[in-house]
Amino acid sequence: MLDLSKYQSIGQALKDALDQFADEVCLIEADREREKERLTYRDFKECAHPLARALQDAGFTAGDRASIIMTNQSKWLISAYAIFFAGGTLVPLDYKLTPDEQWQLLKHSGASVLITEYPIWRQLSASVGRVAAANVRTVLVTEAPANAELSGALRWEDFHGAGEPRFVSRVRKDTACIVYSSGTGGRPKGCMMTHENYLEQCVALTSIYPFWPGVRYLSILPTNHAIDFMVGFFGPFTCGAAVVHLRTLRPEYVREAFPKYKITYVSLVPLVLKNLQKGLQARFDALPPAKRKIFNALVAINKALTKSKSRPGISRRLLKQVHEAFGGELRAIIVGGAFTEPQTLQFFYDLGIPVANGYGLTEAGTAITVNDLKPFRADTVGKPLPGMEVRIMNPAADGVGEVSVRSKTVMSGYLSDPELTAETIVDAWLMTGDLGRFDETGHLLLSGRKKNMVVTEEGKNIYPEDVEAVFETLPVKEFCVFAANYIWPKRSMTGERLVLVIHLDPGQQYGEELRQDISARNNRLLNYKRIHGVVVLDEDFPRTASLKIKRNVLAERLASLEGASAILPL
Amino acid sequence: MRTLEQTTQEVLDLAAKHFQLPAGSLAPADDFFKKLGIDSLQTLEMLSRIENHFGIELPDYEVQGVSDFRTLAERIQSRL
Repeated sequence: MLDLSKYQSIGQALKDALDQFADEVCLIEADREREKERLTYRDFKECAHPLARALQDAGFTAGDRASIIMTNQSKWLISAYAIFFAGGTLVPLDYKLTPDEQWQLLKHSGASVLITEYPIWRQLSASVGRVAAANVRTVLVTEAPANAELSGALRWEDFHGAGEPRFVSRVRKDTACIVYSSGTGGRPKGCMMTHENYLEQCVALTSIYPFWPGVRYLSILPTNHAIDFMVGFFGPFTCGAAVVHLRTLRPEYVREAFPKYKITYVSLVPLVLKNLQKGLQARFDALPPAKRKIFNALVAINKALTKSKSRPGISRRLLKQVHEAFGGELRAIIVGGAFTEPQTLQFFYDLGIPVANGYGLTEAGTAITVNDLKPFRADTVGKPLPGMEVRIMNPAADGVGEVSVRSKTVMSGYLSDPELTAETIVDAWLMTGDLGRFDETGHLLLSGRKKNMVVTEEGKNIYPEDVEAVFETLPVKEFCVFAANYIWPKRSMTGERLVLVIHLDPGQQYGEELRQDISARNNRLLNYKRIHGVVVLDEDFPRTASLKIKRNVLAERLASLEGASAILPL
Repeated sequence: MRTLEQTTQEVLDLAAKHFQLPAGSLAPADDFFKKLGIDSLQTLEMLSRIENHFGIELPDYEVQGVSDFRTLAERIQSRL
C-alpha cells in the first residue's frame, strides 16, 4: 500500500498507484455471463490520460466541478481519476434519482461538466429541469449508439486530447468531492469532502480490512455512495487491488460472480444481506435430515473455534461447500448504509464469513466505528476507527446520548449552507443525530435517532421535507410529513416509517376519497420514499412569523398522541 | 409478433406464477411494490424469469423507476 501520509491529494496518490502497480489488474467489468473488460493499472492510465487532457483543452481547471451520473463500471473510475488528475472537484450523483432531481443537484453543485451514460442522458436531456442548470456546459455520454441524437452532448469515447495532460496539484484541505447525503426536496445537503478526509479514512479502514495486489473487491453499492467510493475505488487502488463491476445486479449474476472472480470483499446494504441469508437458510432447510445434522454440527464446531477471533482457514475447511459458493476467498462482507440486525450478522459469522459491520455517515467520511472482529460482536457497531474521537453528548442516566465525532475525516461543511453547517458541526464536533452509548469494552451501541429522518434497509436517507412536494395541492387545510420515530422515539434503528400529518378544513372528513387521493400521490414517489400512514390533527399547526411550520413544536404536540392508534394506515 | 396487450397479459401471468398468486389476480396498472409487497431485489428476480420467457435482455437501467406492470410490458415490447 502507498504511504498515504505523504500525499496531499487523491489525484496525487492515484497517479503514483497507477505507476507502482502498472502490471496488476485493477478493473474487471462483466455483463451477465460475458466479461466485457479487464484493465491493468497501465491500461487504466492509458484510458484516463487522454480524457484528462481533453478536459484541460476544454478549459477545465483547478477547483472546477465535474459530475458523474453512471451505474458502476470502469468508465466511472476512469472519469473520476481524470477529473482528479486535472485538479477538479468530483460531484458523484445517484443514478437512481429522477432526472429533475439530478438537474436540481447539478445546478446546486455548480458543476460545469457532466459525465453520464447514454440511457441516463436520454432521460436527462428530455427533462425540463435541464433549463435551470445552465452551469453544465460540457456533457460527455458513454456508450451512445452510432446514430443516437445526443442533444448537445459529446461522445465520451471520442473525447480524447492529444499529448500528455498536465497534473494539477491540490492540497489536503481542498475539496475533493461534493457528496449529496440527501436533500432533493429543497435543501440539498452537499457534503464538501476534502482530500484529507479521504486520505485519512483510507488509512484507518485499511488498517483493519487491508487490500493488496490480488485482492478482488466486488462493487455493487453505487459508486457515488461514500462506502463504494472508498472501498470500491480509492482503497483498493492505493493498494494495487482489483475492482470487479457487474453491469447487471440480477441476483443470479451476483451469485455467479463470487466463484467466477474469487471475490475477497464485497459491500452490501442490509436488505441484500438479509436476502442472501434467506436464500442460504432455505438451502440449509432443504438438506436431508442426516446431512442437516452433520451440517449443524459443523456450524457448532466453527462457532466454538471462532468465538474469540475469526479463523478463515479453519472455517473454509469445515464449511467447504458454503465457502465455495462464495468463491472460497471471501474474507469479509462489508455492510453499510443502514442498521443491520444482529441476528443477520451472527448468521454469517457462524458460517465463518465475517460481516464488517460498522457505523458511519457521509458527513463523517464514511465510517466512524467498525467491528474489528477481536472478538466478533453482533450486538454493536464496533469500536471507533483509529483517528476518530467519538463521544456521547448529554448522556441520560442509562448512558444514551447523541453520538458526536471529531476527526480529520469529517467534512468541511455543507456546500452553500453555512447555517446548516453551523448546526451540524459544533466546535469541530460533528453532531450525528444518532443516539447511542458505549459499553464497558468500548463498543458503540446505537439505540435510535434524534433527527427527523429515516434510513431504509437499502441505505437510503429520506428526509420528510424531500417528499412533501407531492402532497402540495392536497385538499386539506395544511399538512406536514414526519419520521414516526422522530415523534414517537423507539429504541431501535430499524422499521422506520414516514407519516403524513394533516389538518382538515372545517367540516371536512377524512373519507375514502381523500385517502385515495393521498394514496395516488404517494404512489408517484419512488417506493422507498413513500409514507406509511396518516395522522389527522384537529388543530392549527404552529408557525413562525414567516408562516413556516415549526416542525419541532408540532412534533412535541404530536408526541402527546398515542402513536400506534393515531396513525391511520393508507 | 405479440401485441402490447398480449405482452402485458403474459407479464401478469408470469408475475402471478412467480409470486404464487391466483391467475387473474394482478392488473396492468398495479404497482408491484405495493400490490406484491416486494422489494427491489425481489423485482430483479422476477425480471429474470420474464427475460427468460421472452428471450430478451432488459438492462437494469431500462427498468429503473418502473413500478407497474403496464410500463414494464411497454419496455419489454420495445425489445421484442
